[in-house]
Amino acid sequence: MARLRGAALLLAAPAAAAFLALVVAAAVLAAAGADPGTTLLDALAYGLRPETLVAVVNKAIPYYLAGIAAAVGFHLRLFNIGIDGQYRLAAFATAVVGAGVALPAPLHLALIAGVALVAGAAWAAIAGLLYVRRGVNVVISTIMLNAVATGLIAWLLSPERLGRLAPGSNNVTTATIAESGWIPAIPTPAGDLNGLVLLAALAGAGYGFVLNRTTIGFEARTMGFSERAATVAGIRGPRLAFLAMAASGAIAGLVGLPQLLGSSHRFGLDFPAGLAFTGLSVAILGRNHPVGVAVGAFVWAFLERSAQVLDLSGVSKEIVTILQAVIVLSIVVAYELVRRARTRQERRAVARAVEGTMA
Amino acid sequence: MHPRRLIALAIAAGLGLSACLGTTGSGSGTTPPTPPINSVAVAYDISGRGDGGFNDIAYNGAKQAADELGLELIEVTAKLDDTDDDRAERLRLLAERGYDAIIAVGFTYAVPMQTVAAEFPLVRFAIVDDGTVTGPNVRGILFAEHEGSFLVGAAAGLWTQTDQVGFIGAVQIPLIQKFEAGFAAGARQANPDVEVQATYLSQPPDYSGFGDPPHGREAALGMYDNGVDVIFAAAGGSGAGVHEAAAASGSWSIGVDADEYRLAPEAVRDHILTSMLKNANVGTYEFLVSVANMTFTPGVVTYGLANGGVGYATSGGFVDDIAAELDAYAAGIVAGEITVPETP
Repeated sequence: MARLRGAALLLAAPAAAAFLALVVAAAVLAAAGADPGTTLLDALAYGLRPETLVAVVNKAIPYYLAGIAAAVGFHLRLFNIGIDGQYRLAAFATAVVGAGVALPAPLHLALIAGVALVAGAAWAAIAGLLYVRRGVNVVISTIMLNAVATGLIAWLLSPERLGRLAPGSNNVTTATIAESGWIPAIPTPAGDLNGLVLLAALAGAGYGFVLNRTTIGFEARTMGFSERAATVAGIRGPRLAFLAMAASGAIAGLVGLPQLLGSSHRFGLDFPAGLAFTGLSVAILGRNHPVGVAVGAFVWAFLERSAQVLDLSGVSKEIVTILQAVIVLSIVVAYELVRRARTRQERRAVARAVEGTMA
Repeated sequence: MHPRRLIALAIAAGLGLSACLGTTGSGSGTTPPTPPINSVAVAYDISGRGDGGFNDIAYNGAKQAADELGLELIEVTAKLDDTDDDRAERLRLLAERGYDAIIAVGFTYAVPMQTVAAEFPLVRFAIVDDGTVTGPNVRGILFAEHEGSFLVGAAAGLWTQTDQVGFIGAVQIPLIQKFEAGFAAGARQANPDVEVQATYLSQPPDYSGFGDPPHGREAALGMYDNGVDVIFAAAGGSGAGVHEAAAASGSWSIGVDADEYRLAPEAVRDHILTSMLKNANVGTYEFLVSVANMTFTPGVVTYGLANGGVGYATSGGFVDDIAAELDAYAAGIVAGEITVPETP
C-alpha cells in the first residue's frame, strides 16, 4: 500500500510539472494576444506528424548524449558546463582526423569514435585536474575552457590552416570526411532517422551498466548520497571526481557525432554552442536515469520542433524557452515536494512501528 | 483529429496554390488571370527583425512589394542554437503551409535552401548574401559591398587629419572582407599617404562579432588611441559601440547597411561621417515583383553601384563638400575605369 502510494507520488511530479507548464504557456500565449487553444493544438498537431516525430528524434539524439554527459557529473555534484566546449572541440578534431585518413569503413569509424572520446575526455580532464589538485571550481574552469575551445577552433578553422571555403560561400568548414566514415540513415516511411540513434542507445546502456553494476558506479552513487559516508568507507573522492569529469567529457565528445557522421560530414556552422545547458536541463528532467534522460531529451526536442509553428501564428517562439524553463523548475520543485511527502510518510510509518513495539 | 485535418487542408490549399503558380508559370507569354502568388515568407537569421540594420532593410523591400501586390507577409526568425537541419525544417514548414515565395536573409540558409528548394519546385526561393544555391526556382541576391565601401573609404581618406583610418569588421569571413578590401582601396585612392588599420571582432565559427557593441567599442577605442580618426564599422549591431567610441573620443565613424546617422542616438550621430548603404530592399522587392509578374529568372543577381544596390549616405551633411569627388569615383566604378578589389 505504502509502496503503491510512493509510486503514485513519483508519477505525480512530472504530471504536475507538465500541467503547470501548460498553464503558464497558455497564460503567456494569451498575454501575447494569441488564442492559446488553437495555437497549442496547432503546434501539437504539427509536432505529432510522423515526419516531425522523426525530426524530433533526430534532434533529441545529441540532447540525449549531452544529458548523459551531464548526468555523469551530477552524481558527484559536478556541473560540467564544459560539455559545450568538449563536444565542439571533439567534433572538430574528429572531423579533421576523419577527413585526413583513408581507411576501410570499420577502422575509419573506430578511429573516429576513438578520437571523439579521447578529445572530449582530454578537454574535460583539464578541468578535472584543476579541481582535484587545486580546488578550482568546475563551473568556472569549464566556462573558461569553453571560451578557449571556441578560440582554438576559430584559429584552426581559418582557411590558411585547417579550414576550407567553397568559392562564393561564407561558410568556413573543415574538409569533408570520406564516405567510409559516414553512418547511413535508417529509412522510415516518415523520413530518415539518424543512424547514430544506436550510438545514443549504446551510450545510455553503458551509463546504466557502469552506474548500477560496477564498483566505480557504486562508489559514485555512494559519494552522491553522502560524501562523508563515502570517505569513511574508504572511497577516494578526488580520484572519483577526476574520473567522472573525464567520463563526462568522453560522452560529451560523442555529442557532435550524429551531426558529423550522419548529416554534415564536416565541421562548420552546424555545431552550435549552448548544448551544455540543454544537457544539464535534460539530465535534471530525467533525474539522471538513462531512460528518464531519454524522455527529457525527447520532450525538449519536441518542444523546439513544435515551436516552429508559433512563428506562423504571429507568436514569438521564444515562448518555448519560457516553457522549457518552467518545466525544469516545476520538475525540481515537484520532486522536492514528493521527497518531503515521502520523508513524512516514512517517519510516520517508523513512528507507528515503534509505537507498536512499545505497546 | 480536428487540428490534423486542418493542417492537411492547409497543405492541400498550399499545394493547390503552388500548382496554380506552376501551370501559369510554365505557360510562357500568357498573362495570368489572377495574381499568381498570394503570400510571401521572410526567414531571418539569429538577430532577426528590429536590428535597425540589414534585416529591417530586407524586410522593407518585401513589405513594399507585399503592399503593392496585395500579398500576405509572414516573418520567422532563427534560434541561437539552430543547425542546418533546423533551418531546413523552417523553410520546409513555410513551403508546406503554402507560402508561394520564400526569402531567406543570410548565408546561413544556403545549405538548407539547397535541399528544400529541390523538394518544392513550385515555390520560388530567394537568398540574400549567398550565390551558391542553385536550382530553377532559386534566386541568389548578392551585393557589390566592395563598391560602396570604396566610396566611404574615399570619404575617410579625404576626411582624415592624421592619415590613419580604421576598419572594424564583424567576423572574418569573405563577405565582410569585401567591405575591408573596398574601404582600403578607396582610402588609398583618395589619399595615397593614408594608413589603414583593420581588425575583426570574431573569427568563424564564432559569429558573436555581429552583435557585440561593447566589443566594438573597445576595439574602436584602441584604434582611436593609436591615432586613427575615422573608423568604418562593418560590424552589424556591434557598430553601435564603434559610434559611441567615436563620440567619446571626439573622432569619426562610418556606419554600414542602413543610414546610421538617422538611427543613432542624438549624442552620437554628429560623429557619424557617412554610411555605406546596402540596399537589400531593392533585391527583395525586385524578386517578389518578378515572381508576381512571371518574369522570375533563377540564378544570382548582383546589386552594385550601377543598379542602386549600394551607395553612401549624405545625412548630417558632413560629406557635402567632398560629394562631388565621391560621385566621380562612383561614376568611374560604374564605367569600369576603377576596378575595386574584393579581397584584402
